[in-house]
Amino acid sequence: MSAFSAIGEGQEFDQNDYTPELEPQATWCPGCGDFGVLKALKGAAQELGKSPEEMLLTTGIGCSGKLNSYFDSYGFHTIHGRSLPVARAAKLANPGVEVIAAGGDGDGYGIGGNHFMHTARENHDMTYIVFNNEIFGLTKGQTSPTSPKGHKSKTQPHGSAKEPLRPLSLSLTSGASYIARTAAVNPNQAKEIIKEAMEHDGFAHIDFLTQCPTWNKDAKQYVPYIDVNDSDDYEFDKTDRRSAADMMAETEEALHEGKVLTGRFYVDEDRPSYGQEKRAIGEMPEEPLAERYFDDSYEWERSADLFLDKHK
Amino acid sequence: MTDNELIWRIAGGSGDGIASTSQNFAKALMRSGLDVFTHRHYPSRIRGGHTYTEIRASSEPVKSRGDGYNFLLALGDSFARNPKEGSVYGNEEIKPLSENLDELHEGGVIIYDSGLLDASEIENFDERVEENNWHVYDLDLRSLAREKGREVMRNTAGVGATCALADIELEWIEELMTDAMPEKILEPNLEILHEAYEMVTEEYDVDAHDVKVPEGSHDEEQVLLSGSDSIAYGSIDEGCRFIAGYPMTPWTEVFTILCQNFPEIGGIAEQVEDEIAAAALAIGASHAGAKAMSGSSGGGFALMSEPLGLAEMTETPVVLIEAMRAGPCTGMPTKPEQGDLEHVLYTSQGDSQRVVFAPGTVEEAYVQTRRAFQIAYEYQIPTIILYDQKLGGELMNVPASVFDEEPNPSLGSTLTEAELAEAPHDESGKYSRFQHNVEDGVSPRSIPGQKGGRFLATGNEHTPEGHIEESPENRVAQMDRREQKLNAIADDLASQDETHQTYNGPEDATYGLMTFGSSQGTVEEAVDMLNDQGYSVKSLGVSDMAPYPKAEVSEFIESVDEVLVVEMNASAQFRGLTQKELGQYGEKLSSLLKYNGNPFEPLDIVEGFTAKIVDDEELSGIETKFVPAAGD
Repeated sequence: MSAFSAIGEGQEFDQNDYTPELEPQATWCPGCGDFGVLKALKGAAQELGKSPEEMLLTTGIGCSGKLNSYFDSYGFHTIHGRSLPVARAAKLANPGVEVIAAGGDGDGYGIGGNHFMHTARENHDMTYIVFNNEIFGLTKGQTSPTSPKGHKSKTQPHGSAKEPLRPLSLSLTSGASYIARTAAVNPNQAKEIIKEAMEHDGFAHIDFLTQCPTWNKDAKQYVPYIDVNDSDDYEFDKTDRRSAADMMAETEEALHEGKVLTGRFYVDEDRPSYGQEKRAIGEMPEEPLAERYFDDSYEWERSADLFLDKHK
Repeated sequence: MTDNELIWRIAGGSGDGIASTSQNFAKALMRSGLDVFTHRHYPSRIRGGHTYTEIRASSEPVKSRGDGYNFLLALGDSFARNPKEGSVYGNEEIKPLSENLDELHEGGVIIYDSGLLDASEIENFDERVEENNWHVYDLDLRSLAREKGREVMRNTAGVGATCALADIELEWIEELMTDAMPEKILEPNLEILHEAYEMVTEEYDVDAHDVKVPEGSHDEEQVLLSGSDSIAYGSIDEGCRFIAGYPMTPWTEVFTILCQNFPEIGGIAEQVEDEIAAAALAIGASHAGAKAMSGSSGGGFALMSEPLGLAEMTETPVVLIEAMRAGPCTGMPTKPEQGDLEHVLYTSQGDSQRVVFAPGTVEEAYVQTRRAFQIAYEYQIPTIILYDQKLGGELMNVPASVFDEEPNPSLGSTLTEAELAEAPHDESGKYSRFQHNVEDGVSPRSIPGQKGGRFLATGNEHTPEGHIEESPENRVAQMDRREQKLNAIADDLASQDETHQTYNGPEDATYGLMTFGSSQGTVEEAVDMLNDQGYSVKSLGVSDMAPYPKAEVSEFIESVDEVLVVEMNASAQFRGLTQKELGQYGEKLSSLLKYNGNPFEPLDIVEGFTAKIVDDEELSGIETKFVPAAGD
């Protein structure tokens, strides 16, 4: 019998089941795009029938990190940029848990950029939502890794001399097997994309455009948006790396020309997840590791039996 | 040292198999009934560069590398660089012989490979040999190895010659070679071993010198292992099955042992992008219900500073190990030092708390690693094992029975679903994970996936329910509760049957030596030597760095007139900690420090003691230096 009976419970949930009573109302600024992520996440979890207690939501630091306070599940509000290493270890140790990591563009593409590349490369079976508002919000409006070139802020008074980071292209190059972009102004698409990401067996990266009405007034509200999968104007094959790469490059450039392109950009259903890869080479137990600590009948190995002969 | 011991030094180049040859030789001597202790000296380089291993073997217990040595086997360095004069590493070809003469005892034995080494390149070699009454055997080991097998087998030829000259029975070596070598290379190696042995016995008077292996016997079965082995095995016996890390000397040894063995026992080992990730993974795995660890050496541990604080604040159990090496910065990567004590104690922002043990011996490394896991999981706090290149790499024999212990896979203060059903929850059904009024300050945790256990872990200050909150009342209550855990741990450690602190010497001694971590064995041998010389000295080796064993240390200091604090660093960090924790005794404590890249030898301490405590002289040099007591 599992020690974790919330996993795979399969009962029906109401969206309110993901709303903590103590903090039912999020304290983001009025008009903030982060509300869109919260709503889409609740909708996706509910439609997939995920119990709050079989979900682990890990976040970093920033406005995005407050998602943990407003979404009721197991949560781990970590430190700046480190939600991914915490999340992927949790998935390895207790693979039945539905693991979702979230953070901002500074958190995920700046300070945590190394973890982003390596988590994508390893293709951990988890969802990663990046609240991309092209600015540092909670610290009051500094230029971020995705701020467009020339973006002026208190810390870049003459405008940023840097090209913005290309999150979709970086994700593809790093090895993510599901890459999408959605926007807070597009709640249905966002919900569907989060659902697909959760169901995807591998690292699913969602670059989620979340407008910041307080500190990034110059930026677009990410409307009107175009879904590249639906629009006749864009033809590409999301299962083909090269085709996807071209579409991503075009999308990243278009954003700074005022055109918001969204949708699924790359989907590789065939690539095994990291857990599957590790199991295939005998480097990960078939049974979830966390279960073992609750199994009274498990016979734990002793170093005396395993190793002492070679030291005699 | 006593007369009745062999200290054999095998010198050559990195990559020439010095380590494996010496390991087999040490094991052979242990099997023959002797107590052994090894010391490694090697450069941060893959191929070439002066390296040696010393094996001290005695019929009496040995706790350190000893003082100097009495038998040199100088082999060639296959990858030596031989630049013109003036380059930083000089002519390396001759180093296996030239670099090892200063510490060789009078009357000692030298075997050198005349196929690769030319003693005439060493200034005044013959004069020094005569002056020191050394017995020199120039043997063409390379040709012998080439003739019967391959050139690399000259190590075996050297061992064969050693056995002939030191009166070691070949069967001990044969047995080990048979265990360790594949058949294809075993045959020629055995042939070379015998050939060298016979060549020496036929051509030389092996009794011209008196450096011989002693005879000994053990009352119980012994095993030969290192501090790194002990830490890895202690982790496994505590049910640790998750490790994340990034390679860095010398911590890599523990990491490697666990990476190699975890697949077989259903563990998960992750080599990750950096040490920030490594510590964060260990925290994530622990949060999700595994017993987990990470570790590094100084520079990598610096990157773990922020995750360490996360573990403290979220009360996530985790064990980190820190293998010190000579700093600052990259320092001297393969050389021992005890300079990270303050780093490990104080890193991470805020009034952060952690438990730190610094084991002194191979056996203590096993026991205290186990204790570290127990404390971490019982009290939900990061626990650190602080050791160094010396303890990690030195091999010594330990009774096999030390490891004959039952595993302990307990997750400590963690609830089951049945227990969670009875536990307090907030109005929306969240488990009250961080309750204020709980015994010892420990509020039991739940694991993701458990029904009735959901909660938010956060690095922000939080309410009992895990909500982020900054009210003064809650802040003080949570800070005090976390502090309370430290007090409970201190009481817990003090109430154990066996203290982690180690005493040596007569209880009523006049003077005291104090040290921490891996210098302990050397200090104890110095104490024995000083008492033999008529001085009244005892020692205290402290392992509990945090919480600090105030009562035990105070009692020790109170019981003597003066204390010399011995540590391998330049800023007297352990003495500083002692004064900070005890708030007095500044006038009673002086320091003997060594930070030249080599560990203390017992005589360093004997000389330091007699110069400072007995003769009240100043002594400072590249080997050791004094820092006087604050009252001076």
